[in-house]
Amino acid sequence: MVKYGVVVFPGSNCDRDCFWAAHDMMGQKAEFIWHESKSIDKYDVIIIPGGFSYGDYLRAGAIARFARVMDNIHTFAGKRNKLVFGICNGFQILLESQLLPGAMLTNKTLKFICKYTNLQVENNSTPFTSECSREQILRIPIAHQEGNYYCDEKTLNSLVKNDQVVFRYCDEKGNIDDSTNPNGSLYNIAGICNKRRNVLGMMPHPERAMTERLGSTDGAFIFRSITEYVKKSL
Amino acid sequence: MAEYKSFEITPEVVAEHGFKPEEYENILKIMGRIPTYVELGIFSAMWSEHCSYKHSKPTLGKFPHRGKYVIQGPGENAGIIDTGTDLAVAFKIESHNHPSAVEPFQGAATGVGGILRDVFTMGARPVASCNSLRFGSLDSANTHRLLPGVVKGIAFYGNCVGVPTVAGETVFEDTYEENCLVNAMTIGIVEKKKIIKAVASGVGNSVMYIGALTGRDGIHGATFASAELTEETREKRSSVQVADPFMEKLLLEATLELIDENVMVAIQDMGAAGLTSSGTEMAYRGGVGIELDMDRVPQREKNMNAYEIMLSESQERMCLVAKKGKEKQIEKILNKWGLHAVVIGRVIKKPRLVIWEKGKIVADIPVAPLADSKHPLFPLKKQKGIKPAYLKDKSINIDPESMPVDDDPEGSLKKLMGSPNVASKSNIWEQYDHMVQTATVTLPGSDAAVIDVKNRDFMIATSVDCNGRYVYLDPYKGGMIAIAESARNVSCSGAEPVAFTNCLNFGNPEDPEIFWQFEQAVKGMSDAATVLKTPVISGNVSFYNEGKKGAIYPTPTVGMVGYIFGKEKRYARQYFKEQGDVIFLVGETKNEIGASEYLKVVRGEIAGPVPDINMKTEAAVQKIVRKGIKAGLIKSAHDISKGGLAVALAECCITGTLHGDRAIGALVELQSDIRPDALLFGETQSRIIVTCGKDNARVFRKMAAKDKVVLSEIGKVGGNRLIVHVDWSSQSKCRNINVTTEELIRLWSTGVNKYV
Amino acid sequence: MAKVKIFVTLKDDVLDPQGKTVKFALDKMGYRDIDTVRIGKYIEIETRGSGGKELKKEIDEICDKLLANPNIEKYTFSIE
Repeated sequence: MVKYGVVVFPGSNCDRDCFWAAHDMMGQKAEFIWHESKSIDKYDVIIIPGGFSYGDYLRAGAIARFARVMDNIHTFAGKRNKLVFGICNGFQILLESQLLPGAMLTNKTLKFICKYTNLQVENNSTPFTSECSREQILRIPIAHQEGNYYCDEKTLNSLVKNDQVVFRYCDEKGNIDDSTNPNGSLYNIAGICNKRRNVLGMMPHPERAMTERLGSTDGAFIFRSITEYVKKSL
Repeated sequence: MAEYKSFEITPEVVAEHGFKPEEYENILKIMGRIPTYVELGIFSAMWSEHCSYKHSKPTLGKFPHRGKYVIQGPGENAGIIDTGTDLAVAFKIESHNHPSAVEPFQGAATGVGGILRDVFTMGARPVASCNSLRFGSLDSANTHRLLPGVVKGIAFYGNCVGVPTVAGETVFEDTYEENCLVNAMTIGIVEKKKIIKAVASGVGNSVMYIGALTGRDGIHGATFASAELTEETREKRSSVQVADPFMEKLLLEATLELIDENVMVAIQDMGAAGLTSSGTEMAYRGGVGIELDMDRVPQREKNMNAYEIMLSESQERMCLVAKKGKEKQIEKILNKWGLHAVVIGRVIKKPRLVIWEKGKIVADIPVAPLADSKHPLFPLKKQKGIKPAYLKDKSINIDPESMPVDDDPEGSLKKLMGSPNVASKSNIWEQYDHMVQTATVTLPGSDAAVIDVKNRDFMIATSVDCNGRYVYLDPYKGGMIAIAESARNVSCSGAEPVAFTNCLNFGNPEDPEIFWQFEQAVKGMSDAATVLKTPVISGNVSFYNEGKKGAIYPTPTVGMVGYIFGKEKRYARQYFKEQGDVIFLVGETKNEIGASEYLKVVRGEIAGPVPDINMKTEAAVQKIVRKGIKAGLIKSAHDISKGGLAVALAECCITGTLHGDRAIGALVELQSDIRPDALLFGETQSRIIVTCGKDNARVFRKMAAKDKVVLSEIGKVGGNRLIVHVDWSSQSKCRNINVTTEELIRLWSTGVNKYV
Repeated sequence: MAKVKIFVTLKDDVLDPQGKTVKFALDKMGYRDIDTVRIGKYIEIETRGSGGKELKKEIDEICDKLLANPNIEKYTFSIE
């Protein structure tokens, strides 16, 4: 069985949802990891969940980056076959920790936005998207105030060149333009990975799209991809 | 007894504390001497309307509050109902009107914080929040200041704590121009064996303080909530507390951990009147006393005295009674969450509240007259209401016969769809995280919210409702309808309404006409709730909601909670599903047009008569719809309320888009001898629009016939237009509605959203 | 004892939606000479450490590590 570890910072609030998605929905092993924890090597996948770590005071993710567990996640991410998955606030923390390039600005609307969005899968050869087809459209909700991805031009060019842009906001037909961009993200970016493809950050919440009753099962594509990838590498 | 030397108790000081002369006489009798300044402050807070319910208690006693589901009725931090499993559901609604009118962001945010604490101090993890908001006209400058602030405040707090805001209502009426209403409700789930109450016991047990530091914010907030908003009180901005949702989230997790570890006897939020009310109430409920040492209370500001510490309403603080010898363990759990726990006092045998400061006693008051409304010296107000003059005026009701019949129903429908109280509020609720905790089955903007409960065979449905205009025009009937409609909304989701909480927002109760409104509304609510077998389990009264032009519409907001039972968890959403589905109208349309949104929006009239309601019919209509949903016969169910049948049909056509489904049209044929405007836009109660697949339609029709519920087939789902043919028997000329769903969506989604 | 006053603002080339909104409001209010509005954070630190070069170095470090995000923000400070 795949071992998921879900990090809990003071202020994390999607930790239990991510646990549910991995444990109850995917039927895998899952445990919570306290933010002061040192031993995380036993896990195959570390999820940094959404929420408001340290109240998002100062800047979203800025303080969580200094938690003890983050040093260990840096080392963890450098190892073979280990995956780090940041969702929403988790993505913000990965950016602040420089595990992924760029930064988050306040949404162009200046408001918190919670709603379903459509994402186009730009790269399906990552451990997080292998069960998706290329250009598949996933219906997954967002819920954030600082999800307006920004990086300088050089970084963007390199992200595109290296196929690190994994998800982009689109409409239900796959059109990508300003009108399908909910928060002002550069290049409609909803999720990116590192060059090695084992660290992924995304603003939308796949753990909220796991059953028909909740309105979509598209989040399961991502959790299934992760699970299958780890199983193969075990 | 040390004197509080710097403050002499003069008649002015007594008056400043809001005491009526006879109340101060009572204090003298209770104390047998002149009270100290600290004691005066404590009396003032505990006897404020907000804490004492001195004007409302005798009336509130008339509500039904027992029933097979009730585990905890009114009088605790929150009420609790059984689910028939190992779990129970705790919930409560509370107002934060005056703080929000002064400082909308912080006022609304702290309102959400307070109600969350009321629920998790019962041991329940909050799973959903709702709200009921009322502002003046959508065009007014004050609304433009208040609305975005209130919405941002609710979002700021609820989103951070991670409790989804799943349902609510936002209403615009001139009457709320100077006194907006912000009512917040939270629902939590608790393991029955872990329910904890705010009842102190065990002489010698430590009283501990956890959470944020005490500052001077909000001193006399409870008294503030118990006075009319004047220019002067508007200046009292220091009465507004600042919200820290991150602290709340830590407190929430720490409290639930304390409960898991079974280390506490009792816990209570320091809400209105802070340490004063939590200390007094816990002691009173346990028949014991509490002794507190002010020097040990963690303070944020320098040189605070006992008076300020006892009355501070700094947020995110709680008071608990530890089990013997568990202090260290409590401290350890709090430290894990980066918080402190400090012993500030102990439980004592004699039932008194004793306050120490710098080694001296500065207050020593018997607890009973502070908290027990049955105590002979408690300032309970026995009042008699007088029927308000405005209700005796003939012009309060309109004679429909004097009005020409509407010859442009399509134009009227379009007007209504974009009008403030009908149009979509998605720009409001999209600012709330309504999906966190992955259990939100039906999104905001529906009749009722449905919350899944994982690993159990039930779901929770809830709806927050009140039509203040109805209550203004006919307090008794309006009260009944508030209960009926909230229950109807819950039933439309397939859930059985079980119990409710209420937030009774009224004007100044010392005015006999306002008091009459209050009594009548409560009576109407009680009568309706008795028939529906839905007792009240918690609530709050907010009086003194007045502006320059007088009192607000009496607004007894109802938060109804129900269950969807069964392994299949069958539920319904309000919108039309598939081409060819049969549309039924459950219930009977009467020739009623009074008090309607149509009269206000299209005709510019606010007048009765309020639609009639027969609770037996109401119960039968709700029951048949629940049965139909449970049997899997019904695909959609939508309550008919503001805007009548036509607006409800339009909503059925277009609200699927909120759930990612497409809009779909309908062809409806109405034959009636009722004039078309009343037929289309009248707000006759006890009506629900349901749809069934072709085969199931027959079965449902039989089911309804057997239960003797009036049911009429009125059309079919399909196409991309809403077409309504009205065949009015008394005139041959047909009046039609024929409008594309696209047009309806455009009107409906811009009416309010463009302002938010 | 020294008091440090730190200002963190978005870099000039990064869009500041809050500033833009305030500028828009000021335009509407009739303040037509205003070209730009940038919104940032003000942070006050009281430290027991002595002033001078060492403190400057420490504050730079604090800003680089935590108070500002170098991807999008810049900072200035003064020591009193």
